[in-house]
Amino acid sequence: MQNIEQEIRQFVTDNFLFGQASIRLSNYDSFLDQGIIDSTGVLELVAFLEEKYQIKIEDNELTPQYLDSIHKLVKFLETKVQSSR
Amino acid sequence: MCGIAGILDFTGRRPERSLLQRMLERIRHRGPDDCGIYTNKQVGLAHARLSIIDLPSGRQPMHNEDNSVSIVFNGEIFNYLELREDLLRRGHKLLTQSDTEVILHLYEEKGEECVHDLNGQWSFAIWDSENEKLFLSRDRLGVRPLFYTITNQAFLFGSEIKSIFALTQVSREIDVVALAQLFTCWVTIPPRTIFKDILEVPPGHSLTVKQGKISVRPYWQLDFTEGSEGAGGANGCEEQYAEQLLELLIDATRIRLRSDVPVGAYLSGGLDSTVVSALIKKFTDTPLTTFSVSFDDPQFDESSYQQQAVRFLDTNHQDVRCTCEDIGQVFPDVIWHTEKPILRTAPAPLYILSGLVREHGYKVVLTGEGSDEMLGGYDIFKEAKIRRFCMNHPESKIRPLLFRRLYPYLQNLQGQSNAYLQAFFRVRSDETKNEFFSHLPRWQLTSKLKSFFSDDVSSQTASYDTYEELRGILPQAYSGWDGFCQAQYLEAQFLLPGYILSSQGDRVAMAHAVEGRFPFLDYRVVEFAARIPPTLKMKVLNEKYLLKRCAGGLLPPSIARRFKQPYRAPEGKSFFNGARIDYVDDLLSPDRIRKDGIFNPLAVEKLVEKFRQGRAIGTKDNMALVGILSTQLLLEQFVRNFGESATYAKHRAGNSAICHR
Repeated sequence: MQNIEQEIRQFVTDNFLFGQASIRLSNYDSFLDQGIIDSTGVLELVAFLEEKYQIKIEDNELTPQYLDSIHKLVKFLETKVQSSR
Repeated sequence: MCGIAGILDFTGRRPERSLLQRMLERIRHRGPDDCGIYTNKQVGLAHARLSIIDLPSGRQPMHNEDNSVSIVFNGEIFNYLELREDLLRRGHKLLTQSDTEVILHLYEEKGEECVHDLNGQWSFAIWDSENEKLFLSRDRLGVRPLFYTITNQAFLFGSEIKSIFALTQVSREIDVVALAQLFTCWVTIPPRTIFKDILEVPPGHSLTVKQGKISVRPYWQLDFTEGSEGAGGANGCEEQYAEQLLELLIDATRIRLRSDVPVGAYLSGGLDSTVVSALIKKFTDTPLTTFSVSFDDPQFDESSYQQQAVRFLDTNHQDVRCTCEDIGQVFPDVIWHTEKPILRTAPAPLYILSGLVREHGYKVVLTGEGSDEMLGGYDIFKEAKIRRFCMNHPESKIRPLLFRRLYPYLQNLQGQSNAYLQAFFRVRSDETKNEFFSHLPRWQLTSKLKSFFSDDVSSQTASYDTYEELRGILPQAYSGWDGFCQAQYLEAQFLLPGYILSSQGDRVAMAHAVEGRFPFLDYRVVEFAARIPPTLKMKVLNEKYLLKRCAGGLLPPSIARRFKQPYRAPEGKSFFNGARIDYVDDLLSPDRIRKDGIFNPLAVEKLVEKFRQGRAIGTKDNMALVGILSTQLLLEQFVRNFGESATYAKHRAGNSAICHR
């Protein structure tokens, strides 16, 4: 999972923070509260997750409850990947 | 419509004509028909003319009988015929048929208070030689531009900043605080402009220079206080409001057709411009030519509605089709004219459209600007209303569904789950009492663009707070106004003059010597609209309800019933759509970004990469791109290589012409 965490962090940093390491982001920071993700950002994030991890995210999973921080995403992916096995 | 410029020398010397000539050359696009220069004592006035009223004798600078008062004037006074009658009755002798002369004589009689009598759009400068006083004024809503600066030796003014920069003693530097303002609320806050030490006369203000002392004061203010004066009797029932509004709009349109040249109209396919065209057709004898811009991309194109309006109103219609490539191509010219960064490309198609108008021999167009602000059309008003409604019951799962009624044209937003919709529009507890409640989501999103600033600019602007500055200039009565009116005020006071009427209005129209006229911005309409109960402006979520009620019958039903579609244009695709564009490559290259020092090279590189890969589809990314590229173009064209032909825009060193007097 260490890997997934890094991959997600890399994606968020490149894609939403434009590589700026000066913006510190902890695993528990809310993307919404930090203003990192807007309405398009959610779609970008979902497209990335589906492609990278070969999963299908259902409509009822499109909620901040699963997608709104690095930590939540890692947990979400764990269950997703497990259930698809 | 014209361009003006001038110099008041503090050392008492008479300004050299060659300097005034240089200032004028920079703004000859505003007035290609004629030009004039006048010097008297320590003052020089210059004028580039676009002849619209009194073609043979309306030359400027113009003087009173004994040459003690002289004026240069850009704009129109629409009630000049009535004012002229009054002046004649009071014994004034007027030698021309022009509106310019009316201002001169009103000034003679009333001094600085003369502006209260004027119904129009203006910026002018009067040199009162006996009192050795220079008097500048700008119209109530800020339709016409007026900039100035103060150097050790002189007070300099002009219709555009480039006329002031024509003088080599003026330094040209980006003001990073202004940039922070613009990267928050889309505009710079007057009198500040994007250039250090260049100021603008704020809308509704006058300025005087006397014995080296400069004073700026408001003569008019937007006032949404219920029952205050100037309402034109705005009380009573819905029926009465509708009747009064229509009556005012008819008259506002009628006097805006006063011109000695033919007048056209813009037709976007939306409610406001169609109302204006319908009023012209229905209530005047003016033959009407309409102009519109259409887009290849169906996401932006409104031509089917434009065609319906054309058929219904039977106008002579001209259209220009605008592609992404067109926008990419004209963008440097557009920034040469806006003279400030912009966050959207929407001014570019309007620049192309004014070219079409000019090609067809028209100098004047009526348009629908001001209606959304004053009569409640914008989605931001609707959004605030729904946010307040949800705020009252934050746990409701049903209320957030209303957000789907917002922005029906934004596909990315429409694709969101309910949970995310709720999250995006949710109101934080510290926001409920915030005076900028309606605008916080927009401004907070825009503020994220500041993360692209270089370390240097970030540290220079770190302690600056745009909200704090805005808070300090709100009118005293503001806190007592209805939330809907507060939102209207923020739009009409800041975005309207700072973007809609300038970057998207005067500057791109005057680039091709086309003058816009705005019936909805007649001050009588504005004062009346300010006092219409908010529930009649937007009835539940039906925007511009009263306007539809009073003028809907004049329109094709499909347009009267239409949901508001804001005017937008393709953004990222205009610059990254296959073929490389030289100036985009150059100005956004890491090297160039580093040298210019405003933005962070790594962040810009990542942003550009995202666009090149076609992954940048969001509002924020597109605003960032357009904001950064326009800032870089501004640096290139105004700071680095001012007026040099090597820059990317088509403009050259300016047209020279020999001026009279």
